[in-house]
Amino acid sequence: MESSFAITGKDYTLIVSDTSAAHSIVRMKDDEDKMRVLSPHLVMAYNGEPGDTVQFAEYVQRNLRLYGIRNNVELRPAAAAAWTRRELADSLRSRSPYQVNLLLAGFDVPSSRPALYWIDYLGTLASVPYAAHGYASFFVTSTLDRYHTPGASLEEGLELARRCADEVEKRLIVSGGGWKVRVVDREGAREIKLREGQA
Amino acid sequence: MSILEYNGGSVVAMRGKKCVAIAGDLRLGNRNMTLATNFEKVFPINPKLYVGLPGLQTDVLTLKERFRFRTNMYKMKESRDISPLTFARLVASTLYERRWSPYFVEPVIAGLDETTNEPFIAATDLIGCLNFAKDFVVSGTASDKLFGVAEALWEPELESEDLFETISQTLLNAVDRDALSGWGAVVHVITADKIITRTLKARMD
Repeated sequence: MESSFAITGKDYTLIVSDTSAAHSIVRMKDDEDKMRVLSPHLVMAYNGEPGDTVQFAEYVQRNLRLYGIRNNVELRPAAAAAWTRRELADSLRSRSPYQVNLLLAGFDVPSSRPALYWIDYLGTLASVPYAAHGYASFFVTSTLDRYHTPGASLEEGLELARRCADEVEKRLIVSGGGWKVRVVDREGAREIKLREGQA
Repeated sequence: MSILEYNGGSVVAMRGKKCVAIAGDLRLGNRNMTLATNFEKVFPINPKLYVGLPGLQTDVLTLKERFRFRTNMYKMKESRDISPLTFARLVASTLYERRWSPYFVEPVIAGLDETTNEPFIAATDLIGCLNFAKDFVVSGTASDKLFGVAEALWEPELESEDLFETISQTLLNAVDRDALSGWGAVVHVITADKIITRTLKARMD
């Protein structure tokens, strides 16, 4: 039910999450933001056990913010991903592991390259050009295998994201409410609309 | 499905004449779904020593970082590179430390002794039982298949170019019969004066 996916392009990373918050058969909320902006050039989308998700996401957010305050520079995406992965790997063999899956989308300013990391609750880390979590991954990954190109412009990336969202809406039996989209590029992280006329 | 098969992946190492070779596939999966096709699981420890770490990827990455830490500390304290045999024992003790909650990785080690350039290969199971083979060592989801092909193709005292061909064919044909390994392969051939790393053209399925 919970879906998120992300796509890298020429000089940006797009990250998309569904916005439905459900408890058993009831949809409690349809405008839930399942992302946290970790630092000026890093956004994280989370999925998993309710409670664990927000606790862990905010833990990561505040630690990365503290790093930025202490060192006057934000942590680069690769380092942030490695630190986050390590926290999850340590949590795995503790008394009560965090059951949270993440997508870390960022822009590495020094090298001017987009960054995307797929991280799961075990502490698995994959640096990928596109990725998805949840049931959506079965539809979105194959769609992106077919249509993704490495140097795509933002317009092309949004077109691709729309294609993925359409596929999920068509084939997943439980609809995900709406979609929350953020783009991370040299200027930073900002919200963007997937389709015109969408709230 | 065993937890050792969760992410998939395989590694093989072979001994040759004054050289060793170590090769691994590139697949990272999540059960039956492929996540990435660029995940290298053979890592350098020092210029003449490589370790292959197939298994649960979270533990692969954790072990890679732990070995990096421990060998860096060794180098700072001893002012020399760690020898392959000593490193093999370091791997075994690192794994046995977690005897009752193990790392789900079964490492393969290949290198040349730093002074004598004697070829060395070894492998351990997930709790650090060492295997000092004279010919080849295998590990990962395609290990049974790797045993079969390696047994057929390997012969003693192969020169580095021939060893490269042998280990490449061993890996390629073994992972082609395994659903959870494949999607590309990288081979490192280590000789006294250089290491040659090649990416193989493999079946991408």
